[in-house]
Amino acid sequence: MMQSLYDRLKDRFNLGEFTGRRADLAFVTVSREQLRPLLLHLRDLEGFTHLVLLTAVDWIEDDTFQLTYLLNDRARARDIGVRLMLPRDDTQMDSIHDLWPTAATYQRELREMFGIDFPDSPRVNEDFILEGWVDIPPYRREFDTLRFARETYPERPGRETHDPATYMKQQLYPDGEDNG
Amino acid sequence: MKDELDKRLDNQPDGPERRGSLKDIPVREELLPRWVKGPEGQEYVVEPLQDYFCQAGPTVQTPAYTRIIEDLFNWARAESLWILGFGTGCGAIEMRPLMTPRFDAYRYGIQWRPTPRQANLFVISGYLSVKTLKRAIRSYEQMQNPKYVVGLGSCTINGGMYWDSYNTIKRLDDYLPVDLYITGCMPRPEALLQGFDDLKKLIRAGKAEGANHYAEHFDWYKANQKRVIKDWDMPDYSW
Repeated sequence: MMQSLYDRLKDRFNLGEFTGRRADLAFVTVSREQLRPLLLHLRDLEGFTHLVLLTAVDWIEDDTFQLTYLLNDRARARDIGVRLMLPRDDTQMDSIHDLWPTAATYQRELREMFGIDFPDSPRVNEDFILEGWVDIPPYRREFDTLRFARETYPERPGRETHDPATYMKQQLYPDGEDNG
Repeated sequence: MKDELDKRLDNQPDGPERRGSLKDIPVREELLPRWVKGPEGQEYVVEPLQDYFCQAGPTVQTPAYTRIIEDLFNWARAESLWILGFGTGCGAIEMRPLMTPRFDAYRYGIQWRPTPRQANLFVISGYLSVKTLKRAIRSYEQMQNPKYVVGLGSCTINGGMYWDSYNTIKRLDDYLPVDLYITGCMPRPEALLQGFDDLKKLIRAGKAEGANHYAEHFDWYKANQKRVIKDWDMPDYSW
């Protein structure tokens, strides 16, 4: 079902790689110029009326962000994920809040957590979850969460970590003998 | 507008200093100082953070003049624990069974109130993100004396499973005066009942002095709070 859809749209929208996960779930890659026409086509002509989510993946090794627009076709119970690769040093993207108003919330989150900007998206520059955040966006992978947590929030001394297997062995057999 | 304000603040005796402190913290627009013209043409500065709130800090509540009276007071305090209905983290879920017939905390004189003004026990029921900490501090300060804080679960003690989070504090007692911790992840309702019982014993023994500790070490608490809350845009003490 998804393969035939891909074959139909492939040349028209210059689609990239196709990944079929299940009979009713597939992912396609698209270029930035073709994103809006493709989303419009999927929404208005193919029945993918619902934007399930818009999220990002940080492929720091490839120097790209992957934006995933997951769309759902309720009538035919199928989902399609539209992937878009964004260079990490030019993190400006076109807003789609006029296609799905809910996208504005996702875009606000991406702006805060990944630093991907969506100009013209409603309230995109307001604080979303974090307040008064002064470091680099926390979901970027170059952000060292552990170091930040250690430097920012004081710890209570005395916290220990045990390897469960050796710790339990010590507790159960303090003499070091396992007699079964 | 901003330059104008800077210039005028510079002419005030402590202006430059105050301007410096304003620049460090991104203060919300409506909380910035502004110039207002009076009915007779005179101009004066309105500083919302200074002028709209009472600036007096918390005060230490001294015990009654004799031991026996103080003991009576403490007995009365211990028998009326009214919890602020403020839930953070997962612990808020554990409080619901306490309100319902199975565990029924009301039989011990414990009940929940919707506003800080009517409550005297603040149960921090789990991890506190910096954003929530800000609200928790304001809520705590609006509660009236005598007031107590109970930290619930591992997260309030040492960060628990959020020990490496970019956004949650790890030691509650750095920011609010905690009278009692209840361990567990999460503690069961029975553990909470036991904890309330222990808190009652502390209060009757006159050892639940968190509010006074907060008043005595107010600057230390404020310094800790401001270290993590980067956009401090509220009065230092709000009640």
